[in-house]
Amino acid sequence: MSRRNDGTLDRRAAVATLLRDPGDLLVVSGLGAPSYDVSAAGDRALNFYLWGAMGGTAMVGLGVALAQPRRRVLVLTGDGDMLMGLGSLATIAAAGAPNLAIAVLDNGRYGETGAQRSHSGLVTDLEAVAAGCGWSATATAHSMDEVAALCERLRRESLFAVLRIAPEEQPRHLPPRDGAYVTDRFRRALGVVGL
Amino acid sequence: MPPRLWQAEVYAALKSAGVRQIGYVPDAGHAQLIESAHADPDMQAVVLTTEEEGVALAAGAWRGGQRAALLMQSSGVGNCINMLSLPVHCRMPFLALVTMRGEWAEFNPWQVLMGTATPAVLTAAGVHVRRADHAEEVAEMVVASAALAFDSQVPVAVLLSQRLIGAKVFAAKESGQ
Repeated sequence: MSRRNDGTLDRRAAVATLLRDPGDLLVVSGLGAPSYDVSAAGDRALNFYLWGAMGGTAMVGLGVALAQPRRRVLVLTGDGDMLMGLGSLATIAAAGAPNLAIAVLDNGRYGETGAQRSHSGLVTDLEAVAAGCGWSATATAHSMDEVAALCERLRRESLFAVLRIAPEEQPRHLPPRDGAYVTDRFRRALGVVGL
Repeated sequence: MPPRLWQAEVYAALKSAGVRQIGYVPDAGHAQLIESAHADPDMQAVVLTTEEEGVALAAGAWRGGQRAALLMQSSGVGNCINMLSLPVHCRMPFLALVTMRGEWAEFNPWQVLMGTATPAVLTAAGVHVRRADHAEEVAEMVVASAALAFDSQVPVAVLLSQRLIGAKVFAAKESGQ
């Protein structure tokens, strides 16, 4: 079985860079380590952490983006979640959401379950998949300089970005698990309770 | 298929409930609703590759302050099961209109399993199930179900029976039969 080279980026440092001075950026994070990374960068009411619903993170981001067209929405998720929801890349490209960007933290592994190789650790290039689904702006970052450049683009463009992160695990930083609480907190911070 | 009054009433019911996003995997039984949604500048109509995307879309819409509905066929209900943990666990509304297959003069045996299992599967996943069999009750059923979903913040599915929609007619004869 062929294998792609591992990434080398430190996931915590990369996510901290992407979320520096977040302002009123709306962040949706996928289950597992991406939610820990986003939480480690600083818990805030405008973060929504998924702890399940694997494959759905990008679509949650689309729903938020369509509902809040004047706000920027950033989906931060892992390769396993993105692979389970590959079809959503076609759906989002077809729907068109100029205020939505996706960053995939790609370690080519299912980190929560014993670091089994995922498809993106074997043969699949997620950036090419997104381009094939109709995303006109795509990128892959291998270095922290490239991550820093992505930080600006992810807040301006409808961009699909892959961050090739190292497979090493980081200490868990657990965000709130109560989805009803986090949902209510998010809606209150947005001022949409009662709609 | 000629336009049907009850489908126009269903679209009006979704509008009066404040629905602004409609995700769908196409079904002939929903064709008129889908056309209405695309023609409406105040509605975001999103074609999905698989039904569970619509569950996640609705969850995002709610979080962003809008109401959404999902249109699908009974065969798509099975695709949604794990994603339904989003509205159920997060205490968010969810409204699905499900056109039924496999229950009334069904021609395609591949539709029967999921058609038969649909109410039990939805119930097991924590979704409140309502069913409309007659044209004159559909609009009221959708209005009441939308109120239950959005006001009480629970997941609700309205099953539109195959008898109501009209069984799909296959004109061509299979070879050898």
